[in-house]
Amino acid sequence: MGRRTTTTGRIIRTGFLYFVRNAWLAVAAMATMIITLSIILFSIIVNATFANQVDQITNKIDISVYLKDTVTPAQAKSFVAKVERLSNVEQVTYLDKAAALRAFIKQNSGNDKLLAAVNETDNPLPATVKIKPKDLNKMDEIRSFVTKPEWQKLQSDPISDSGERRATIDKITHATNILQRAGIIAVAVFALISVLIIFNTIQMAIFNRRDELQIMRLLGASTGYIRAPFVVETVIYGVFSAIISILIINALFITASSSLQATSLGLLEISYSQQYFQERYWQLLLMQLTLGILIGAASSMIATQRYLKFKTPKK
Amino acid sequence: MILLDRVTKTYGKTLGSALDRVSLHVEPKEFVIVVGQSGAGKSTLLKLLTREERPSSGKIIVGGIDYDKLPDKDIPLLRRKIGVVFQDFKLLPNRTVFENVAFALEIVGVSTKEINNTVPRVLEIVNLKDKAKRMPVELSGGERQRVAIARAIVRQPKILIADEPTGNLDPKHAWDVITVLEKINRYGTTVLLTTHNQDIVNKLKRRVITIKNCRVVSDRANAQYNEKPPVVRSV
Repeated sequence: MGRRTTTTGRIIRTGFLYFVRNAWLAVAAMATMIITLSIILFSIIVNATFANQVDQITNKIDISVYLKDTVTPAQAKSFVAKVERLSNVEQVTYLDKAAALRAFIKQNSGNDKLLAAVNETDNPLPATVKIKPKDLNKMDEIRSFVTKPEWQKLQSDPISDSGERRATIDKITHATNILQRAGIIAVAVFALISVLIIFNTIQMAIFNRRDELQIMRLLGASTGYIRAPFVVETVIYGVFSAIISILIINALFITASSSLQATSLGLLEISYSQQYFQERYWQLLLMQLTLGILIGAASSMIATQRYLKFKTPKK
Repeated sequence: MILLDRVTKTYGKTLGSALDRVSLHVEPKEFVIVVGQSGAGKSTLLKLLTREERPSSGKIIVGGIDYDKLPDKDIPLLRRKIGVVFQDFKLLPNRTVFENVAFALEIVGVSTKEINNTVPRVLEIVNLKDKAKRMPVELSGGERQRVAIARAIVRQPKILIADEPTGNLDPKHAWDVITVLEKINRYGTTVLLTTHNQDIVNKLKRRVITIKNCRVVSDRANAQYNEKPPVVRSV
């Protein structure tokens, strides 16, 4: 075993020893780190859930243009081609009369009376052009294009769009924005608190071990050898905090799904959140571990730099 | 081995000088005693040698290392070449005798196998082989100081600096410690001992450097030393 490996092993062992000796102080440092990491994890899940809801609703929004029975397929084709060229158009679907009827029958498969009434007459449904926008905020561009007089004369009825869903989307977007901002502030505040508490923990640990550290220094221990166990100690805080924060969120989901018996809380789709969390369990754990280790290591590096005096006093 | 050239150390205007233009030269394998009353500057001299302090002016070269050219990051390397024994032992109270000595090797990355071979041999030199598993608190002052010596020499330094190692000991234990230092010197280590115990100085019959009022006032081989009691003026 090389000298470097031996030293690394000793540093890690000393780090664990410091962690055990410093257990009570470590609890305070870890508690704030757990809160910080839990908030980060919670924010990520809520954001993903909201984004998914917005996506789902957005996918259902389109503009339907109903064509007169007199419109020839060539005219319909040219209209479709023009619409497709608009910058905000994601997809255009043309349903001729027969296809429109099939879609209508499929859509109302449970409503026998309505279907019987439809069957009694000739196909009453017009050919339909369904336009799916790219950006919901720019739907007016499509609307103003299809209502131009040259195109309006081809239409049997006024266009219909599912724009009323906009209100829901706006609500969700608004909630997401507020939550994002609140999340960022909470994360910043708790991250700062946990860094300060780790600072304090390290400062007290250094104070408690000042004799040992002085002896190490006088015996010629390198700066890295003295500092590294403190970094190992806070990395252990990070690892424990990450695991505990994941377990807390997991426990919250178990409680929510079993005791509330609900799939959604207001705007928040719990079932999707849970699915998102479970599908990415290991990725999220890895992310939490990385964040915990980074917060721990960075604060102890700064704290040891600040509180362990390595420089010989000036002349 | 040790060279000081007109070394001065001052602690600001209020505290004044601790050393004033001190020059001395110690050859390899020498046993040198530095004497002087409390506050004469002996401890400052040793702190300068271990680079706990920097001189205000003058030059220090130890074991070929010029301190002016020594960056802070290399101070640990310097300290690994010098063994230091302190008056207050500076042992780790929660470690055994063996672990205290092993600690000096652990921090420089010596393997456990090598530690297990080396430490008992060194404990034998200081006559503490049978007390390897004891805690420092279970030892007498003299024994603790011998543990500190074992820790200082376990890395086989070329120079051993002993700062008042007998200061807290009764005469018998003090002499045990001095005997160990002589033994180490016979093995070829340069020893620099500070003391104000005139019995030890007179019995050792070695080179004696006397520091008084921050300056070297005498430097003689086989010298005698009479510490004068402090002058008390009546008002």
